[in-house]
Amino acid sequence: MMAKLVIGTVSPATSVQDAGRFGAQRYGLTQSGAMDALALACANTLVGNSPFTAAIEVGPLGGTFTARGGALRVALSGALRQASVGARALPLNESVLLADGESLTLTPARTGSFTYLALEGGVQGEPVFGSLSVNMRSGLGSPYPRPLQAGDEINVTDAQVLVHERKLELPTTSEQPIRVVMGPQDDEFGQTTELFLTSDWTLSAASDRMGFRLEGPVIKHNGGHNIVSDGTVSGSIQIPGNGQPLVLMPDRGTTGGYPKIATVIGPDLGRLAQTQVGKKLRFKAITIAEAHAEARRYAKFLASLPSLLRETRGSAFNLDALQSANVAGTAVSAMDSTTWQPLRANDLTTP
Amino acid sequence: MAGQALSSPRILLSGDAALTVEFSTKIDPEANRRVLALDRAIAESNVAGIRETVPTYRSLLVHYDPVIADYDGIRQKILELAKRPAPEIPPGRRWRIPVVYGGEYGIDLEDVARAHDMTPDDVVRRHIGGDYCVVMLGFMPGWAYLTGLDPLLATPRRQNPRTFTPPGTISIGGVQAGVQCLAAPSGWHLLGRTPARTYDIHRQPIFMLEPADMVNFYAIPESEFADMSRAAEAGELVAEQVT
Repeated sequence: MMAKLVIGTVSPATSVQDAGRFGAQRYGLTQSGAMDALALACANTLVGNSPFTAAIEVGPLGGTFTARGGALRVALSGALRQASVGARALPLNESVLLADGESLTLTPARTGSFTYLALEGGVQGEPVFGSLSVNMRSGLGSPYPRPLQAGDEINVTDAQVLVHERKLELPTTSEQPIRVVMGPQDDEFGQTTELFLTSDWTLSAASDRMGFRLEGPVIKHNGGHNIVSDGTVSGSIQIPGNGQPLVLMPDRGTTGGYPKIATVIGPDLGRLAQTQVGKKLRFKAITIAEAHAEARRYAKFLASLPSLLRETRGSAFNLDALQSANVAGTAVSAMDSTTWQPLRANDLTTP
Repeated sequence: MAGQALSSPRILLSGDAALTVEFSTKIDPEANRRVLALDRAIAESNVAGIRETVPTYRSLLVHYDPVIADYDGIRQKILELAKRPAPEIPPGRRWRIPVVYGGEYGIDLEDVARAHDMTPDDVVRRHIGGDYCVVMLGFMPGWAYLTGLDPLLATPRRQNPRTFTPPGTISIGGVQAGVQCLAAPSGWHLLGRTPARTYDIHRQPIFMLEPADMVNFYAIPESEFADMSRAAEAGELVAEQVT
């Protein structure tokens, strides 16, 4: 018999995501996939899945999720928020069994924006180009080709009951600037390239899975702000006419017509994705050799995740965890949780 | 062309996992030909670590795996392949795409006509008269960028892009013409709509158009749109493949 996870209330920016969809970007097929791939991998590792199995990417506002028809093993990684089952608290980066009928409640994110809810056995669905990732504009994603809504049901394989719960011991997240490789069109900017690298940037509320808009000093183009459209990657930093950077995220258009001053390196994209609206960030330029060394280090770290697992004694819901999480929960900022909104009309990237 | 050394493209960094091979900064048929030739050459030579390529008007984006790829090796290989004289790209298939022009189907037709001191019929005639080539697919699934627009129809993009343009929109932007499949934001001018779907995940082929395909448009009356849309929804191509 197959158990289900039933969606109760849900944050608008919540959807099923995995590593994304590759191989058809030449046809305009958007890549999609988790905003914070490392957090996705951590959550999956905790429940015994391969790192990029499809899971639920929970947006900044939280939600409730109920097990029906069987027990489900779940784990949360990514943005910190209060998570509870009844009166019990579920810490980040620990697995837990959700009994038939039990509900998991997530409050708005306290630090970061996206939390990954992984399910043992993974979300069941029909992959397209190898992925269940939701991209609503392309009508893709499974089991629903859109963000999750109240009442949605996700089929999950039944949890193996005779498994110890586990936790992941992760190093603390870096607070260093977001690292970029300059280019491909940094020569369109000249003097103001320096301004880009030395300024504080504030994440605008006009940000979503397509792009993160940054506010700060105006980056001026040497010439016009239109180039003949060329290919983009996740992490491309476009500078449109108003001189305010737009970092392209996984739901980006595959091509774009604004010059790209720099590109966020893959290993730092998740950290950028977890920046909260209104928070400041900085960029730091590194060489391509340094970027490749970092990519290899990151891949090694991903591969080492299973070795960081520790068995937890008994239930993940111990009293200490409950108390610390409850204290943390009261600190949720109403400001952070209500400023998240889709891109405005004028911010849209168009062909 | 034969025997003449080809200029090397510029290799531009696009982060730690992609590079851009730039043949020109302008819309240039020769650059596009070399982009497509390099795209084909890379596909045939099976370079270790290359994940996928995205051909555009004047550059080729190459996604690679920075963990397994030897970056200098990939760079050298690409430059070497780009130096080979580009074989003539055989013309692609030729499609006839049905369009309902004007009215609620093409809300900018009259404005475009006014801007060029023409009648709406003149605009439609000139749009139908164009022999278009698919130079790239991008932005979103099924969006085809076409060259071959009658220069007299060239119209700068709208100052304020629309947040919504309907599925099947046939539009022009600057010197380009476009076919779009899905609802999308756009700053282009809407001349009409086609019931044909250039992208349908439930159909084989999923993507109707390929780079280098040729496209002609023909007008259909509004009364045929609903029937053809139903056929398209059922998985028919609706557009005619001529060659």
